[in-house]
Amino acid sequence: MMQNTFNDKYTAARIIRKIKSISGKRKIKLMHVCGTHEQTITKNGLRALLPENIEVVPGPGCPVCITPAREIDKAIYLSHSGAIITTYGDMLRVPGGNSSLAREKAQGGDIRIVYSPFEAVEIAKRNPDKNIVFLGIGFETTAPMTAEVVKNAPPGNFSVLCSHRLVPPAMELLLKGGYDIDGFIDPGHVSTIIGTAPYVPLSEKYHISQVISGFEPLDVLMSIFMLLGQIKNNMAIVENEYIRAVKPEGNLHAQKLMRDVFEPCSKEWRGLPVIPDASLKIKPEFSDYDAEIRFDINPRINSEDYGAACGIDCPLCGNILKGLSNPADCELFGKACTPENPVGACMVSSEGTCNIAYRYGINQI
Amino acid sequence: MCLAVPAKVTTINGDEAVLDYGGVIRKANISMLSDVKVGDYVLVHVGYAISKMDEDEALETLKLWDEMLAAAQ
Ligand code: SF4
Repeated sequence: MMQNTFNDKYTAARIIRKIKSISGKRKIKLMHVCGTHEQTITKNGLRALLPENIEVVPGPGCPVCITPAREIDKAIYLSHSGAIITTYGDMLRVPGGNSSLAREKAQGGDIRIVYSPFEAVEIAKRNPDKNIVFLGIGFETTAPMTAEVVKNAPPGNFSVLCSHRLVPPAMELLLKGGYDIDGFIDPGHVSTIIGTAPYVPLSEKYHISQVISGFEPLDVLMSIFMLLGQIKNNMAIVENEYIRAVKPEGNLHAQKLMRDVFEPCSKEWRGLPVIPDASLKIKPEFSDYDAEIRFDINPRINSEDYGAACGIDCPLCGNILKGLSNPADCELFGKACTPENPVGACMVSSEGTCNIAYRYGINQI
Repeated sequence: MCLAVPAKVTTINGDEAVLDYGGVIRKANISMLSDVKVGDYVLVHVGYAISKMDEDEALETLKLWDEMLAAAQ
């Protein structure tokens, strides 16, 4: 039902006509920070429908892509020490400093894909004589679930290697960096959890227009239209296009779980520097479940070896995550770097910008 | 992995619900939502329902769009 309603060609044509009528001539750069938005835009060829002066660039919106090599190496280290590593499927092929979890698995490491942190707890119950480590990654959309299992007294052999990150502080970093972003298409799913309030200070401080958007093609087109309307009228507020799923207050229960179990900390993101308070760590009360505290993790790779961007051979992920380059600019794209054989993290996940460009066509980016 | 998929609640048993994803049946934890009923549409993320999809709001959205588009020049 609801899905079809947001997918009809007549309304699309109508929104595009209106976009054209209010877009003006000046170059306008809109950024989204969600891999699922990039999927919608690329798969439906939405960029080709927009006036030439309107650019929509992907930002650091794929949690797989922004997990740094160093954090993968910690999981690999724990696997070498005999723990069972559990994580989401996309994480397996993400390059670490000189290996990946997929490669470790092929060489006999006990690394298991789970659909939910709950499954990792089940594995811990079935293997009482083993340490089970859940590599918890993702933004505000997956952090509450990790918090939920930690809070509900999982078995003593279960722990979390916490790689969760927060979206609004990363948006602020890009705004501070002066990348000439005129408006943000805010991530709909993250917003179902955090609501509208965390974006408001960004609009107030940086005079940036924002619209929280759903994921059907019409949602994205309508959000672009709403952003252009704000920009035309020199407004910088947070509007919610996705009212059928996002409540202004968000999901209070999920927010409380996150507050109870995690506290913000400052860590680097892959391709980006250390972002203040944009990562989560487990609070001291739950340190029994914090793999960083339980185990003496010591991956034998020096900081300098990680290099500037991905920490590996990927020349451009850093710029791609900031919306400064697109996959066509990378000489390895589609040659040395493919989804089967990713060089950089942006090629790994189905939400990574390079992976999406590879599957749907580079000219769509 | 970030894909959140809407699904229809078919049965509820405590914190667990059986959901219909257009023919594919799967269980999910609904403890993060307080007022889920059979027949509701929910968005599911890594095994947990995170938000209710509101049908009235969906219709409201279309009405709102119509007004906004009509007003714009
Ligand atoms: S094509 Fe591969 S190497 Fe090039 S930027 Fe994308 S992920 Fe990095």
